[in-house]
Amino acid sequence: MAIDVATVKKVASLSRLRESDERLQSLAGELNGILGWIEQLNEVDVTGVEPMTTAIEMPQPMREDVVTDGDKVAEIVANAPKSVDGFFVVPKVVE
Amino acid sequence: MTELTKLTLKSAIDGLKAKTFSSAELTDAFIGAIETANPKLNAYVETTFDKARAQAAASDAKLARGEGGALEGAPLGIKDLYCTAGVRTTACSGILENFVPTYESTVTQNLWDQGAVMLGKLNMDEFAMGSSNETSKWGNVVNPWKSRGSNAELTPGGSSGGSASAVAADLCLAATASDTGGSIRQPAAFTGTVGIKPTYGRCSRYGMVAFASSLDQAGPITKTVEDAAIMLQAMCSHDVKDSTSLDLPVPDFSSFLGKSVKGLRIGIPDEYRLDGIPAEIDALWEQGIAWLKDAGAEIVRISLPHTKYALPCYYIIAPAEASSNLARYDGMRYGHRAAGVQSLTDTYEMSRSEGFGKEVKRRIMIGTYVLSAGFYDAYYVKALKVRRRIAEDFTKAYESCDVILTPATPSAAFELGDQAKAADPVQMYLNDVFTVTTNLAGLPGLSVPAGLDSQGLPLGLQVIGKALDEGTVLNIASVLEKAAGFSAKPARWW
Repeated sequence: MAIDVATVKKVASLSRLRESDERLQSLAGELNGILGWIEQLNEVDVTGVEPMTTAIEMPQPMREDVVTDGDKVAEIVANAPKSVDGFFVVPKVVE
Repeated sequence: MTELTKLTLKSAIDGLKAKTFSSAELTDAFIGAIETANPKLNAYVETTFDKARAQAAASDAKLARGEGGALEGAPLGIKDLYCTAGVRTTACSGILENFVPTYESTVTQNLWDQGAVMLGKLNMDEFAMGSSNETSKWGNVVNPWKSRGSNAELTPGGSSGGSASAVAADLCLAATASDTGGSIRQPAAFTGTVGIKPTYGRCSRYGMVAFASSLDQAGPITKTVEDAAIMLQAMCSHDVKDSTSLDLPVPDFSSFLGKSVKGLRIGIPDEYRLDGIPAEIDALWEQGIAWLKDAGAEIVRISLPHTKYALPCYYIIAPAEASSNLARYDGMRYGHRAAGVQSLTDTYEMSRSEGFGKEVKRRIMIGTYVLSAGFYDAYYVKALKVRRRIAEDFTKAYESCDVILTPATPSAAFELGDQAKAADPVQMYLNDVFTVTTNLAGLPGLSVPAGLDSQGLPLGLQVIGKALDEGTVLNIASVLEKAAGFSAKPARWW
């Protein structure tokens, strides 16, 4: 399953990354190398095997549905690139 | 007072309690050592000396009253992956260049609650993605060790290279680190230090900058196995802020040290005998087996048949989780925002492209690809199934053994700027060939220095335990440590 430059460009866009054409070219080669190496997983018979989604089997913890935190507007926007009056300022979202 | 920096964590804690020296004296000794060494080693990316002096003074007051926690007055280094309230935390990424957390990670809070003193934040690969510390935004760390007769600078390993280098060069008593595929154990092996990754869930991940959440686990890098037990004890806790944190009592890890290992069954996996591994590493492994046999342990040959699939499996799962975790860096709420762009999409793309380094971008793209429509089942779900096969290998092996002994790394520390590894990412990824299996299976693993190679560089052995059996892992490691009599330190050139 060789990856071409057009695919890399699409993946970059899905990843919200912008790369130069030159870098896209080089990335195609790198990703092909890595994915080619990964292909060896096809040697493993996984018939009937359940996907493992957690490192340690344990029941999901439950807690009381109560408010435990809040009133932290200043702390929440403290690292914002841009904020006004406790609101995040972002580029125009709806045209 | 430079000798104070050479103390182990245990002897420093004892000395502080006995008032042989004060935390202020100890802290000043480390500050002096860091000021001299850091321009050469680049282990610290941020120092917090004022905070350290204030904490030391508070500790001295407590110690004077005969009070204090398990780490009272002990100066530590903190990997820059742990959020520290009011102290810049970047995970060594440009995208977090100016991020100052307003909250504290649970692991570091546990350390301060026990009286520890913070010297500063330690360098690492960007978002913990790397095996040589060369992906850090702040430049690579340098290993205090050098090959005999060579002046070439070596990597301290990664991603916890700052932690390993700082401990090896006596720039802190001990350090926090983190391990997603080998990021505690490989740097420990490269620097003649001890590093343990506990069972997944032992340490809270709250406040640790996320890389791959089902694999990330906190742990310490220390000078001795005894120190590792003390640090791990302080770091572990159940935490309601992390839903994967284990709601189990934390055993007294130090109490396992010195127990007889007579009759303990040590598994030696056939599949860890790889082609192309230096003969010295195989010889060290044989030596380790002999030491444990001498101590009365029983050696058992075991098979972990899916070992060779662990790295490719990891390089689907870890990037997939990373691509999802790192989606949070959108330039809106915190982190870098590109200047001079107008539209929302342009802001996302330019902020991320400017903020992330090359390796991080590469992994985000791999992750996005394996999760994308049409490839999800073929790559991601397949890898999750192989992951279960790898975990089952261990379950089966532990029917006939109690603990597993392997080499820690396939080589000793290599030169910074290694061209072959830079050109081919897979070559760099192979560093974690012996360590990555325990992350996938969630098991505890420890690297202990066991000898020097012909170039005079340290080599480590890895002890892998059953889930929750860090005690036995530490005890076996301490038997190896004693038998090896490893006391070598890097010759000081900095």
